[in-house]
Amino acid sequence: MARMKFLCDAERCIDCNACVTACKNEHDVPWGINRRRVITLNDGKPGERSVSMACMHCTDAPCAAVCPVSCFYTTADAVVLHSKDLCIGCGYCFYACPFGAPQYPRIGNFGSRGKMDKCTYCAGGPEPDGTMIQYEKYGNDRLVEGKLPLCAEMCSTKSLLAGDGDIIAQIYKERVVKRGFGSGAWGWMTAYHQGIAV
Amino acid sequence: MLVKRAAGDTRRGTLTAAFTTSSNGGLDRRSFLRRSGLAAGGLAVLGTLSSGGVRKAEAGPPAPAGEPVTLRKNVCTHCSVGCTVIAEVVNGVWTGQEPGWDSPINRGSHCAKGAAVRDDVGSERRLRYPMKLVNGAWNRVSWDQAIEEIGNKLMEIRQKSGPESVYWLGSAKFTNEAAYLNRKFAAFWGTNNSDHQARICHSTTVAGVANTWGYGAMTNSYNDIRNARTIMIMGGNPAEAHPVSLQHILEGKELNRANMIVIDPRMTRTAAHATEYVRVRPGTHIPTIYGMLWHIFRNGWEDKDFIRQRVYGIEELRKEVEKWTPDEVERVTGLPEAQVRRVAELFATQRPSTLIWAMGQTQYSFGTANVRASCILLLATGNVGLNGAGANIFRGHDNVQGATDLGLDIITLPLYYGLDEGAWRHWCRVWEVDYEWMLSRFVNKTFMETPGIPSTRWFDATLLPTEQVAQPDTMKAMFIMGHGGNTIARMPEAAKGIDKLDLLVVCDPYPTTWAVLSERKNGTYLLPACTSFEMSGSRTCSNRSLQWGEQIVKPIFECKNDYDIMYMLAAKLGFADRMFKNIKVENGAVSAEDILREINRGGWSTGYCGQSPERLKAHMRNQHKFDVVTLRAPKDDPEVGGEVYGLPWPCWGTPEFRHPGTPVLYNTNLPVKEGGGTFRARFGIERNGVSLLADGSFSVGSEIKDGYPEFTLGVLKKLGWDKDLTAQEMAIIQKVNPTNPDAVAWSIDLSGGIQRVAIEHGCSPFGNGKARMIAWNLPDPIPVHREVIYTSRPDLVAKYPTLPDARQFRVPNKGFTVQKSAVDRGVFKQFPLILTSGRLVALEGGGEETRSNKWLAELRQDMFVEINPADAAARGIKNGGWVWVFGPESNSKARMKALVTERMGKGVVWMPYHFAGWFQGVDQRSKYPKGADPIVLGESVNTLTTYGYDPVTGMQEPKATLCQIAAA
Repeated sequence: MARMKFLCDAERCIDCNACVTACKNEHDVPWGINRRRVITLNDGKPGERSVSMACMHCTDAPCAAVCPVSCFYTTADAVVLHSKDLCIGCGYCFYACPFGAPQYPRIGNFGSRGKMDKCTYCAGGPEPDGTMIQYEKYGNDRLVEGKLPLCAEMCSTKSLLAGDGDIIAQIYKERVVKRGFGSGAWGWMTAYHQGIAV
Repeated sequence: MLVKRAAGDTRRGTLTAAFTTSSNGGLDRRSFLRRSGLAAGGLAVLGTLSSGGVRKAEAGPPAPAGEPVTLRKNVCTHCSVGCTVIAEVVNGVWTGQEPGWDSPINRGSHCAKGAAVRDDVGSERRLRYPMKLVNGAWNRVSWDQAIEEIGNKLMEIRQKSGPESVYWLGSAKFTNEAAYLNRKFAAFWGTNNSDHQARICHSTTVAGVANTWGYGAMTNSYNDIRNARTIMIMGGNPAEAHPVSLQHILEGKELNRANMIVIDPRMTRTAAHATEYVRVRPGTHIPTIYGMLWHIFRNGWEDKDFIRQRVYGIEELRKEVEKWTPDEVERVTGLPEAQVRRVAELFATQRPSTLIWAMGQTQYSFGTANVRASCILLLATGNVGLNGAGANIFRGHDNVQGATDLGLDIITLPLYYGLDEGAWRHWCRVWEVDYEWMLSRFVNKTFMETPGIPSTRWFDATLLPTEQVAQPDTMKAMFIMGHGGNTIARMPEAAKGIDKLDLLVVCDPYPTTWAVLSERKNGTYLLPACTSFEMSGSRTCSNRSLQWGEQIVKPIFECKNDYDIMYMLAAKLGFADRMFKNIKVENGAVSAEDILREINRGGWSTGYCGQSPERLKAHMRNQHKFDVVTLRAPKDDPEVGGEVYGLPWPCWGTPEFRHPGTPVLYNTNLPVKEGGGTFRARFGIERNGVSLLADGSFSVGSEIKDGYPEFTLGVLKKLGWDKDLTAQEMAIIQKVNPTNPDAVAWSIDLSGGIQRVAIEHGCSPFGNGKARMIAWNLPDPIPVHREVIYTSRPDLVAKYPTLPDARQFRVPNKGFTVQKSAVDRGVFKQFPLILTSGRLVALEGGGEETRSNKWLAELRQDMFVEINPADAAARGIKNGGWVWVFGPESNSKARMKALVTERMGKGVVWMPYHFAGWFQGVDQRSKYPKGADPIVLGESVNTLTTYGYDPVTGMQEPKATLCQIAAA
């Protein structure tokens, strides 16, 4: 069984934000909600690196551990999804998430939060596939069509990889061996409790 | 917790079920690898497999039951890389995008813009119907009324002021066919005042590079950079401006362990991936290059054989380089000797080396000299005409290469034929119109053959006294198709110019800055043009490959495509029958294919003759067959065998001749028939007793084992090759010049026979010459350093002044006076910061389109200036705080946010150039037609940029001026 993961090769990421707009385009994500974004470290200084970030679909997801209504669930492909019908917008998952993935639409004047929204690994949610209700709440389900998340598919430099963890780890390893350097599989230790040994 | 309905849902199945062929129970490795975008190492070879096992499926909002999903293929409209866009269309609506895996150029990838192009079409901020400004209010009018009124006004101006008083400003976002049609339109109207964005983009590149070795274009390709061992980027930030090119650059860098050197005043996103970053003072390109050449010559690192065989003028260059000792280089550029030497050694000795540039070299009052210095460095180190080397000039817009080629330019007819009588007669033969009639359209023969006014000076031609503008009257009307107003320097002057026009017509998917910049109350029309996604046609990427885009959806609202709009106006002006004589028009719909066929029939000079619409469409169908490094299809393929993707020009002869296109220009390692070539013998055969033809160098398979001049029928006769011409070819040649057929050259032979015969004998039709280090027809035959007009080093002006004042392109260029006055007045003391400008990844050009795209606008919501922490601290400026920036001309000022960053060196500030809609602190949102205002507005950098024009092309100087900043 495939164990789906994301891997951002920071040696390749150029902060072009294709992943961000691809996500917006695929799921018509509204203004102000960013399921994915690019973070730049040491901006403008030697050693500057950018990484594309979204929900990493963690092993033992901390968001799920703190959710008071148990709206999270993990699919057979190890994708962490949630039910917007159950979500109460409490924001606990935002504090628990090490990657800042959960997003909340503002629904009132006093900063009150709507239902949480986050990266679905292009795998939709609990509603039936191919329905408008699923699309409106969670966006498209590409995975069921045999496609990977569009952010990774459209990455300008093939920096962002998505797919079975073993295979993308293998691709990353081969890259590092070939070019002779690599700054590590960013976020893997936190998300998956394992790194990639080269 | 919920468990996903994995087992129960049989309608579509789970991911696992989708990969039924998989052996490991999870994934089909081949299709998976393809999708996960692998690259390095042994896995890379799998990257070109076609997607098999995965079933086609629809994305975007789910299609209603029973509605079929159609996939359509077009090309991204945001930069010159040429990424394939795959659109999913349901019921005439563009519902989603999928990766274009098969394209050898982008292999599924996009940048922020490419991944968001669906909203370029669907944007709610699009102009929906023709609008007319009446007493300061926008009114909806019909197309018929708009064309009728515009046509009448144009005719009135023609009667009163003559045809030269109308400016036809075209677009680098046109398809090739529209660009060609727009130039043809200006010719039929009777003026050479026809220009487009290349003026402010790479006009100096075209002039400088063509004057060195024949053609002014990228010599290799983005893909070919994968072969380089040293990649030097000077004056470009492709990570933001051409993001998908970084796929090739970074993979090449990794696979070859290549050196990647970035020389730039700003520590850009590109520089972050460099092996060496060199921070240089803006405007010191030539001293930097000569500083490198000083070490190269001193250490004997130059390529002596290459220079002897293929280069003219090395001795004069050596004399100039001698002056640039390490001390002087450091004094002018600020670069230490050790770094210059190290970079020079890498570039000269770890070959093949490629030099990449964009507007960081071109946008100077000495831009032509800059790019010539770059060519000289490549020539001295033998880095032209082979894989992995070359001048990889990254053009800006998606079709700025094509629009330049097709003569949307003040100095030439399509395909660089120039403006002399021979050129006009050639195109009149192609168009099948009488030369005398064409002449009658112009004021007189002199104006027919005199270059027009550059787009950078249109407002000077409007505002200056009539006697200072060398044409019958000043500019009275601007007809603008697809060109922003905020990309041209000196905007306060432009605003005055717009006010003074009798007629302003903006034909664009958006209202643009033109509509709101001035205080106009009447005489302004907005015509809604559609985007290139709503029409079909070809576009030329930076690497000279042509790609055919098919219409994705019909034009939205009342928008029309460029062809049909030009046809309507030509009909109103009375020359549609002549202009569209050989182009099919059905119910007002113009055939793009027919326009391309006409280009093919006349495009011999640049090898635009072989790319028929049928061949281009075959390439789009067979994208997956082309190799990612060589761009070539396997020899045995029935449709595209042996051809290079997109038939990069020159693609010689008729389409039936099946030339494969030229992946690398001037490459003697291949026969001409397979895409090889030589340097063009364009500058004569000898000068001062020295031969200008190649010396012992020739392309593989050439029957002439030495240099040779360009081919004419006379030359063929001397060689005894004329007997290879068919009777039909001979008859056409006779018809081209009945009195002296021997003088008919390869470039005006409408039969293609001379090209065919030359190539069959292994020769380049344009001859085999030497590249020139001395371009004796230019102001500085050997490039020399000159300070920018508003320089941060007034102490250097005495030694390195700009060129004397002169008249160029019908208007005065008083750069010398302006520079001297700035030095005398001590402007630098008052404005002590260098201001330079550039591009952001999420926006493009003037930003009219991208600031109206909801996904892109969200990424960049404010105009800002990047400033070094020390400069910010000295002024009490906080990161994210508001500042006023003051410019040294027209009392200009602009209000924006500050981004305090070490990306900038001390004393230099940087601004993006995509913003408009605020002018000198005033929000102009209320002046846009209701609902068509861009989502994001901001101050334009060009409100602050200043005087300075390249004498060869009229290029502006927004890459280095001065400013002062204060906290607001």
